[in-house]
Formats: sequence, structure tokens, C-alpha cells
Amino acid sequence: MSKCCCEIPKETVEAIREIIARHKEQEGALIPVLHEVQEYYGYLPFEIQKIVAEELEIPLTEVYGVVTFYTQFSLNPVGKYKVGVCMGTACYVKGSDKVLEEVEKVLGIKVGETTEDGFFSLEATRCIGACGLAPVITVNDDVYGKIGANEVADILKKYQ
Amino acid sequence: MDKVTITIDGQKITVPSHYTVLEACKEAGINIPTLCYLKDISQTGSCRMCLVEVKGARNLQASCVYPVSEGMEVFTNTPKVRKARKGNLELILSNHEKKCLSCVRSYNCELQKLAKELQVDETTYAGENIHYPLDDLSPSIVRDPNKCILCRRCIAVCKNVQTTAVIQASQRGFKTVVGPVFDKSLNEVPCIMCGQCISVCPVGALREKSEIEKVWDALAEKDRHVIVQTAPAVRVALGEEFGMPIGTRVTGKMVAALKRLGFDKVVDTDTAADLTIMEEGYELLDRLENGGKLPMITSCSPGWIKFCEHFFPDFLDHLSSCKSPHMMLGAILKSYYAEKMGMDPEKIFVVSVMPCTAKKYEAERPEMNVNGLRDVDAVITTRELAQMIKEARIDFVQLEEETFDDPLGEASGAGVIFGATGGVMEAALRTVAEKLTGTSLDEKELEFQPTRGFDGIKEFTVDLPQLVLKGAVVHGTGNARKLLEKIRAGQAEYHFIEVMGCPGGCITGGGQPIVDAKTRMDIDVYEERAKALYEEDRSMVIRKSHENPFIIKLYEEFLEKPLSHKSHELLHTTYSEKENYPCDCKDC
Repeated sequence: MSKCCCEIPKETVEAIREIIARHKEQEGALIPVLHEVQEYYGYLPFEIQKIVAEELEIPLTEVYGVVTFYTQFSLNPVGKYKVGVCMGTACYVKGSDKVLEEVEKVLGIKVGETTEDGFFSLEATRCIGACGLAPVITVNDDVYGKIGANEVADILKKYQ
Repeated sequence: MDKVTITIDGQKITVPSHYTVLEACKEAGINIPTLCYLKDISQTGSCRMCLVEVKGARNLQASCVYPVSEGMEVFTNTPKVRKARKGNLELILSNHEKKCLSCVRSYNCELQKLAKELQVDETTYAGENIHYPLDDLSPSIVRDPNKCILCRRCIAVCKNVQTTAVIQASQRGFKTVVGPVFDKSLNEVPCIMCGQCISVCPVGALREKSEIEKVWDALAEKDRHVIVQTAPAVRVALGEEFGMPIGTRVTGKMVAALKRLGFDKVVDTDTAADLTIMEEGYELLDRLENGGKLPMITSCSPGWIKFCEHFFPDFLDHLSSCKSPHMMLGAILKSYYAEKMGMDPEKIFVVSVMPCTAKKYEAERPEMNVNGLRDVDAVITTRELAQMIKEARIDFVQLEEETFDDPLGEASGAGVIFGATGGVMEAALRTVAEKLTGTSLDEKELEFQPTRGFDGIKEFTVDLPQLVLKGAVVHGTGNARKLLEKIRAGQAEYHFIEVMGCPGGCITGGGQPIVDAKTRMDIDVYEERAKALYEEDRSMVIRKSHENPFIIKLYEEFLEKPLSHKSHELLHTTYSEKENYPCDCKDC
């Protein structure tokens, strides 16, 4: 279950309000706001979405609909390092399913989950536009191309 | 009005230029299939059932959102069109839980009807068919995502018409689900239980929480005295469930059917509407004379009350403290009536037949009891009553008419018109005007036209001896929101406001027979059902609440006078601010 809203420190609430205030007048403010708030807070739980809805003066249902529609938004805490395995057509053809299986094995988590130590979370992404390097995995902003399942453990070790 | 001429399947037709192709086809006598489209409420072009060929357009077009233009050529029945519609319907059916035999909407399901008409095989494809648990925690509404076809008509009515916006589509692809945020129940979000979502659902994904079994059980208990009361709007809609035209008055048959079902007494909520007018009318007079909170706002509509508690808590002092009529009647039946009949009030079981789903919630509110006894024990909708009559195998259409039971007897016409938007105001004015002027209103003055009709916000003034009374009538909580925001901003001032939570008032409440999208294009349901109510009013001998002999006797023998101590104890209530999305952690 999500953390209690009473536990969100005042400074955090203020910081989120500031982010929203910067975008409030802009048309279609919701998505840029969610991006920045997620960057700041790490993920978008119930009580954070409540603040966004209140400040943007839109229904919470609208915020929640958008957050759950796009895979880049997360309702749950994500790890310090976000591992993304591209499942786009080119990567898939080049065996990214095997790579994904290996990542799951090495980290001991499934897609959408975070390791207990909070270090890694795992996503299966849509095409990230690096088809020439297929199959591709990303760790935060680092991109690793043309990798085989046997290279996965070494790549992840760098971040531990 | 600008007109354009277009050709539909070789037939030339001239239509207003703002028409969609769907509307033009309708005029040309072509019944285009639709699922997500609902006149005045939802027009998104998302279900792809209404596809047509338009000459010159690259793909098939969704006719519900495609505007007509001069010289346009449309083809509605080509092999390409038929194939596409069928294919789309098969895909919709692939992810629909097809438990049609016992579905509450069987025979009244737009999906079922289309599948039959388009000759679609429901087993062509199997979708992911993720199984969801039923959301049945709300006292009023059951949500069954397994049957949802994602047409989003409920979202449109909840968000745009009622402005409550408690349901939304979330996730994507097969995981898409329509419901409240964070998999919460409708009972955990600011749902006002109005049931408008049920009224617009084309399938059985939304329905009322049934209390039929509870009522059968009470009827079967030997030493229970089971009294049923019926709201004004029920009698002008119940017949539709038995194939009668919209707007048919079936008061006598309804009473006869209730007696056959085995109720010990059949009484009329309209009588309590008269009582409400006495209490509410005097409350208004009291507020006017003694500097009370104004404007005073009516409190008969539990959906509206919940809306106010969630979204306009600063207006709670403006609400009349009167309970709604059926709750008042419940309280009177378990006190005055029980005393008069020498009965133990604990043995009395009160069933309300209501056009409303929010009344189920209202009856469960903790405030609604006197000395630990619930005012009302079960609330069933007009649809549930029809279901009971069908289950009892009563031939409703053939029934001989019967009349309501004494001691309550007939109500006044003022009580009858409570069912339509403006009716409570009109009924109140009949009494308040006579009290203030001291003269009797004639037939013509009785029928107060400015509060009738279906404009979203109706404003009016009435010249009374001491003041010019300024009033407003709104229906649908979206309109209530607009009006209250105007008042908040200091842009409007009134003495008295009537709010009915549902668009049209109780006649089109969330518990009424469901009118499908096609019929809504042909018939103005508001007009037809309201017409029937006003006819009933005109047919009544007594048309003012304060002249109802039962009401006069009730005050003489029991309540003493309006707003007496006893009245307050039995007939009035309180409200409290409600948090929209309370924190759900254990520490709070």
C-alpha cells in the first residue's frame, strides 16, 4: 500500500507545488508536470497524484488515467538504476526476450518490480529508437547495444 | 438555419448543416449501429460501429462524429461497411463476459441486440478476458468490469454532466479498465450514487445493488408488517418495463401489482412530499422572517446532498434540514402510524420504491433513524420493482387499477409533481404563496410555468406581500455546480433554490427504466415522463400540500405544527463535510 500522505514532508509538498506553478498556465500542463514531479519524487503514488490534481484543478481520475496509460510513469518506487530492456520489433527479433529473461534471473525480480535493496528496477520498454544496435538495454541514461544474454551479469555488476 | 443536401445510398436528403452523418442517416430512415454514441452525452467515435463509406474519404468514417457537407455521398450498406462493423463487433465481444442468460440487462442490452442484428458470432475470437472482482461495496451501485465494453458513456455522464468525475479509463490495451482511481471501490471515492452511469450503460457493467431478496424475505416473514411506498416518478415510468410507451401513467396498476406481491399496506410517498412541503415551506418562511441562512436549498435529492457534502461543504448551512419525503414517511410510519394501529414499530418493515439509486445510500446514512429504528428498511428502484413483478408472474398490463391504502390515502397534486425538475419549487410556492398572501390561488396561478421545462438553470421571481422572492431551479449536479459557483463569486443572489441531482429530476433518475441510445434519438424522455406527472397533478382533487386532509390530521393529532419539537426529532436531519479521497493508510 502507498505511504500515508501525512508522511510526505512539507518541503516535498512545497517543491511539488512549485513545479506545478511553473506549468499551470500552459496548455496540456499535466504531462510535463508529471514528468518533473516523477523526476523529483521518484514515482507517482496516490497522495502525490492528489496534490497534482488539486493544484492543476483537474479531477484525480484524469491524472490517474494519464499516469497508468504511459509506461514511463510509475505508481511504485523505482530503483536507483532503472534497467530497460527494449522489446521493440528489431530488438525482439534479435533475441531481447532471452536478454530480459537473463536480467530477471540476475536481479531476481520481474518486469515492473524493484529489488529489495532499492538499487534496480526493471522495465520492458517499447522501441527506444536504437534499432541499429539491437538488442539494446538501458541502465538509466547509459545504452548498451548488440548484447547477448551472457553479457548481462557483467553490465549490471558495474552499478552494484 | 443553413441546410446542405447530401446523398445517402442513392437517396438525396436535405439536412441542417450542423448535422453529423449519423443524424442525417437517421432522418433518411437508416438506423446506423452505435455503441459509444449517446445523444447530448457522448460523441467520441471510439467504438467504430457506426462506420460508413464517404466518397472521397480514404478510410471508412465514424458517422457519429463526421459532419455533413454539401454534395457529400455516403454509403451505409456496402460489403466493406458490413464487414468492418461485424469485425469490430466481434472484437468487442471477444473481451466481454457473455453471461447473457441471467444478466440484468438481457433483452435490454445494446450489445446483445447489435450482435443479433448484425449476425455476429460471439466466439470468433477470444480476448485476454482478464477477470476483475465485482465492485459491490457501494450501497447503491455495482460495477462489473468483466462486462464493460469501454464505450465510456458512463465516464462522459459522470465527468461532463454530473461533474463528479469519479470514474475514468485507466491502463491500456486489454488491461484498460473503467473505474475509480487506484482500484478503489465506488464507495471510497466521491461518487454521489446518482446512478446516471447505470442509465447510460449499454450493457450490464453497471447496475443497482439489488435489495430484491431482502424484500422477498420480509414479505415471507409471518409477523412482519411490510409497508411499501412509491415515489411520484415511479408511476410514470414503470409501464415501460412492460412494453408500454414512455410517459404512460400506471399508478393504479402499480398499486394493484404491489398488493398482489403481498405488501400489507401500499402507501404513496407523495403524501410525505406534502409533509416535506409543510416543513420545508415553514423552514423557508422562518429563515426569511428571522434572518436565517439564505438562499435555502432543497434537500430531497440524496445524490445532490452527497455532492454538496463533497464539493461544496461551505453550502451545508444552506441546505434545508428536512429529510427527503420517503425518509419522513418511514419515520411517520414507525411512530404515528404504529401508535395508531397499536403496533410494535419493530415489526414494521418499510420498503421504498424509488426512481433513484442514491436513496439506497440515503436509507443507510447513520443519521436516518429514530430511537435506533431505521426510517426505511429497504429501497428498490423502479427497475427492481418491475423485476419482482415479472418474477411473481403478474400480468402487469392486464391488472385492474387499485388505489393507495388508508390511513394515508391520496396525496395532493403538489406531491405528485415532486418527480420532475421544478416540481418541489412549484409545490412549495403553492403553499408559501398562500401563507404569505392569505388568499387562495386559482387554478391558473397554481401552475407555475417558470419552474417547468428543462433548461439547466431556471431563474424566476415571485411577487409576495413582504418581498420579491428570488428563486432558481437546477437539475443535474453539473448545473448545481455552475449555480453555486456563481453564488460563491457573489454574482447571483436568491432566497430559495431547488436542486435535483439527476438531469430532468427524479423522472430520469438513476433507478428508472433504461432508455437505449436509439430511443433517445427519437423521444424526449424528460418531456414525456414530465407530461404524465403534470397530467396526474391536474387529475387530483387536492393540489396543494397544506390542503391534504391527512397532513392536516397528522399535525392536529401528532406533530402539532410544522417545525415543532416532534417534527425536528422525526423529520429533520443534519449533514457533514465529506473528504473526497481520504487517506487509506492505517495510521490516519
